[in-house]
Amino acid sequence: MTARFRPGARVRVRDRHAQGHLRTPVYLRGKAGVVERLCGRFRNPESLAYGGSGLPERALYRVRFSQRALWPDYRGSADDTLDADLYEHWLDPDETRRR
Amino acid sequence: MTHAHPARADDDRPPTDYELLETAVRELLIEKGIVTADEIRAAIEAMDARSPAEGARVVARAWLDADYRRRLLADGRAAVGELGIDIGPTRLVVVENTARVHNVIVCTLCSCYPRMLLGLPPDWYKSRAYRARVVAEPRAVLAEFGTVIADDVTVRVHDSTADMRYLVLPRRPEGSEGMREAALAALVTRDAMIGVSVPKAPAA
Amino acid sequence: MMAAMGEAKRYRGYHDLGGAPAGAIDRANHDYTLSEKRVDALFVLLGDAKRRLLAVDEHRRAIEALGADAYERLGYYERWIAALANLLVEKGVLSRDEIAARIAEIRARGGAP
Repeated sequence: MTARFRPGARVRVRDRHAQGHLRTPVYLRGKAGVVERLCGRFRNPESLAYGGSGLPERALYRVRFSQRALWPDYRGSADDTLDADLYEHWLDPDETRRR
Repeated sequence: MTHAHPARADDDRPPTDYELLETAVRELLIEKGIVTADEIRAAIEAMDARSPAEGARVVARAWLDADYRRRLLADGRAAVGELGIDIGPTRLVVVENTARVHNVIVCTLCSCYPRMLLGLPPDWYKSRAYRARVVAEPRAVLAEFGTVIADDVTVRVHDSTADMRYLVLPRRPEGSEGMREAALAALVTRDAMIGVSVPKAPAA
Repeated sequence: MMAAMGEAKRYRGYHDLGGAPAGAIDRANHDYTLSEKRVDALFVLLGDAKRRLLAVDEHRRAIEALGADAYERLGYYERWIAALANLLVEKGVLSRDEIAARIAEIRARGGAP
C-alpha cells in the first residue's frame, strides 16, 4: 500500500471534533505544514487505547511546521520549526497558497 | 552499578492512599500469579541501570566516528545496539545539532522520553509548564535553563506524539579535540540530550 | 489561545498541554521512591510480551480519563497507579472489592509494604 503523502508535500491537520484517545494535539489542529518524512506504519493508537487491534496499520508522518505559522505572537527566528508525528487520517493536502 | 535516582526510604512517614493502592494491586497480582516479586525487583533494577551515561556513550562514539554517526542518524535503534544497548522495540530517532540547527524534545500529550538511553525523566520534563511552553516559546524556555540560542540558529522542537522516541545529538564542544571517548562522554549531560542545554566545556 | 477567522472552538483534553497557559518551570527534582518504581515496574511487566495484559495506549487513555481534577491534584505516578488499577478492574483482572479489602487489610497491619 503506498503512502498518501510524499516528503515535501504540504498538508493541513484536520480540525474536526473527535473523542477518545487522540495523538493529534489541539495546537496543531487546522495548521498547515510540510511532510518531512514517512516514519513508517503503525497500529492506530485511537483503537489500541480501547483494546482494539489498531489494524489496519496507518501511515505516520513527521510533519514540520513553521513556528510563526503556529503561534500568532511567536518570538524567535522566522526559520524556527516544530516537528510532530501525525497519522495519515489526520492530514489532508493543503491547497491554500503559501503566503 | 550506579543508581541515578537512589530510592529514598518510604518508611519515614505513613503511606499515602496511592502507595496503599500500589501495595494492594501488587500483592493481588502476585497472589494471582500474574507477576512475581522477583520480576518486579528485576524490572526495577533494569530501570535503575539505565542512566544518561548510556546516551552519553552513544554521543561520544558519534563524535569520534563519522560512519557511526551516519548509522546513528539513519537507524537509532540499530546503532545503539552496536554499543550493547538494547532499547527493545522502541523506534529511536536521533536528531543532530549543528551550527545552524538546535533541537529540543518534548512530549506535550504525556511524557514520552527515551528512557532506555537516559533513565527515568526529570520531573520538569513531565511538568505542565515545560510541556505547555517549550512548543510555543522554546527560546524563552531554553533561556530559563541558561541556554541562549543565537538568532541565526534555527530552533527545532520535536513533539513525540507517536511511537518514535527522540534523542538530541549535541554538538561536540570546542576544545575537545584529542579527548578520548570516556572523557568525551563525561561532557554529555542528560539535559544536552533533551536539548535544553549543551554539553559541558572541557576542563581548561 | 487566539481564535482566528473560521476556527472551530476546540475542546482541549486537560492532558493536551501544548500552548496552554503556564508559568515558570520548576526544575527541582525528587528521587523516585520505591513505591513509584514499583508502579513503573508493574506497568512495564503488565504490558510485556509474557503477559500482554495492557497496551501503553490503554494506559494513556486511562490516565486521560481520570478527570481534570485528578490530573491537577495527583502526582505523576499516582495517576499511573490509579489508571492501572482502573484498567485492571475494567479488564476483570482485579475487582474493586478485593482492592478495597486489601487496602483495608494493609492499613490494619500498619501499612507495611
